[in-house]
Amino acid sequence: MEPALRPFIEPQSPPLQSSGFIGWLRASFFSSWFNTLVTLALLWVIYQVGGFVINWGIINANWVGDSAKSCPNIDGACWAFITERWRLFVYGLYPKELYWRVNVFYLLGALTIIAFVFSFGPITRKLRLTMFIGFPVAAYIFLVGGVFDLKHISPENFGGLLLTLVIATVGIFGSIPLGLILALGRTSDLKVISKVCTYFIEFWRGVPHIAVIVMFVALLPIFIPDGNKIDIVVRAFIAFAAFNSAYMAEVFRGGLQSIPSGQFEASKAIGLSYWKMMGYIILPQAIRNSVPALVNTCISIFKETTIVLLIGFSDFLGIIQLSLEDPKWLGPPHIFSSAYVFAAIIYFTFTYGMSKYSLRLENRSNVAQ
Amino acid sequence: MPDEPVIIFDKVNKWFGDFHVLRDIDLDVSRGEKIVICGPSGSGKSTLIRCINRLEEHQKGKIIVDGIELTDDLKNIDSIRSEVGMVFQSFNLFPHISVLENLVIGQHLVRRMPKADAEEVAMTYLERVKIADQADKFPGQLSGGQQQRVAIARSLCMKPRIMLFDEVTSALDPEMVKEVLDVMIDLAREGMTMLVVTHEMGFAREVADRVMFMDEGQIIEENKPGPFFDAPRSDRAKLFLSQILRQ
Ligand SMILES: Nc1ncnc2c1ncn2[C@@H]1O[C@H](COP(=O)(O)OP(=O)(O)OP(=O)(O)O)[C@@H](O)[C@H]1O
Ligand SMILES: [Mg+2]
Repeated sequence: MEPALRPFIEPQSPPLQSSGFIGWLRASFFSSWFNTLVTLALLWVIYQVGGFVINWGIINANWVGDSAKSCPNIDGACWAFITERWRLFVYGLYPKELYWRVNVFYLLGALTIIAFVFSFGPITRKLRLTMFIGFPVAAYIFLVGGVFDLKHISPENFGGLLLTLVIATVGIFGSIPLGLILALGRTSDLKVISKVCTYFIEFWRGVPHIAVIVMFVALLPIFIPDGNKIDIVVRAFIAFAAFNSAYMAEVFRGGLQSIPSGQFEASKAIGLSYWKMMGYIILPQAIRNSVPALVNTCISIFKETTIVLLIGFSDFLGIIQLSLEDPKWLGPPHIFSSAYVFAAIIYFTFTYGMSKYSLRLENRSNVAQ
Repeated sequence: MPDEPVIIFDKVNKWFGDFHVLRDIDLDVSRGEKIVICGPSGSGKSTLIRCINRLEEHQKGKIIVDGIELTDDLKNIDSIRSEVGMVFQSFNLFPHISVLENLVIGQHLVRRMPKADAEEVAMTYLERVKIADQADKFPGQLSGGQQQRVAIARSLCMKPRIMLFDEVTSALDPEMVKEVLDVMIDLAREGMTMLVVTHEMGFAREVADRVMFMDEGQIIEENKPGPFFDAPRSDRAKLFLSQILRQ
């Protein structure tokens, strides 16, 4: 082989690519005959479905009225049922003159969500932690009252969207700290603690939720002498937080397992105690890694709130069903479908928001790595 | 007592399950001494030095560090860990906080130093390892050699009396090995007591007072670096050296 010295090549700009909107369209949707076929088929489906939705949901819909008679057109939605009853759906049986307290709860909830979704200016880890602890406390004060001159309102009066969101709040804000403690316990070096936590988690994960709820509500008074005094709603809340904490624990355990052992060793080597190591080094990383799974769990918690229907609570779905039984609104089936479509839209809005958020977090952490 | 050894291993034995990983280890290290430990993979080098700050527990024999015997007593473990710094093959910097915070966190949480003072100390050590301009970056943004120097600085911030190094250059690209070894050579010149697991012969010849050759959980041979590398006495050491020289 002849020895050779090759000339040095200067960097050059990449070859031109079809750019702009047309180029993007072609590359994304019409790159091959098969791709084109799929695109055209999809367009046809969208046209058909979209047409139906617009006709049914808007053009032929009945928007106002106070009984089934207001919805004569069975080819359109009966939104009158919703517009007449929305207060009941949103506030349940909460006293009308105190609606403002519910509004404060909704507002604080929205602010808390904003603090976790966005990060600008004053939004820091400290603020988030404060909100995380402060929101449930404030929610209790405003909704239940009995302190600061706020009239006591029994949770039995909660209903509709309010009850759904309260249960979701209890489920999420109760199960996150409980789950974290359980996960730490399960991964602990102390055999007794680890075993107790493991069995606790496995028990709650292994029993059907319906059974748990019914058991808590019906059987608790038998086991605990004064159990009857614990409000039935509160009992349902405790059950709901308890079994969801088992799922959260597994989420956090996954996060803890994702931390390489070198992080533990380096923390120990500089002399950090167990709690400082966990609090400053391990958990911040583990929690960040758990967030996508955590949000997924929150989505199922939110949908699972409908389980309280079984013990006779009127959550959002429950109160819609109840209203449908009102003789005033008995009538053609399109009232039924309108009501359930509305419920689906509301549930979907919440869960879709959460899943969008978790996708964004995933992308963000992919970029960071 | 200037001549009292700072580290004493007295017939130390350790098992992983049934596997006898350390066998009757006897070792005295005087203050300021530099010891290089080498030997084939799996011979127990890491396990040996990890026993010194109790990342591993021994089951038989005695280990005394700076006059404190290593027992299950948590107080003893904590006070020994604050005397002993350790640098790992895989850096193990905390990825979620900045380089500066990596150096501050131990001083602040363990030594209870105010943050501002701790930052000042941190900056002087970052300057020493020639990386002060990277203080605000996150560990993931640095090269391997830079990360390893940060890891050394993080240990030094705790003002340890003994430093343990476990193959700290073996995960590095060749051109970064020197920048890390230079920092370690400086440290040796200042009189730090060091136990270094490494196969870098140049480094061993330059700074080591003694070389320990380990195989199958025991110290097989012990000598000054010159004679050890030029004329190993045991067959195992001969074989080992011929293998690392061929690379
Ligand atoms: N936690 C553990 N559990 C069981 N066996 C282990 C554990 N840690 C190490 N070992 C085994 O003990 C032996 C010694 O390991 P050690 O890490 O001390 O070797 P080493 O000399 O440092 O090797 P290397 O040069 O590969 O780092 C190896 O056979 C290893 O597989
Ligand atoms: Mg090793």
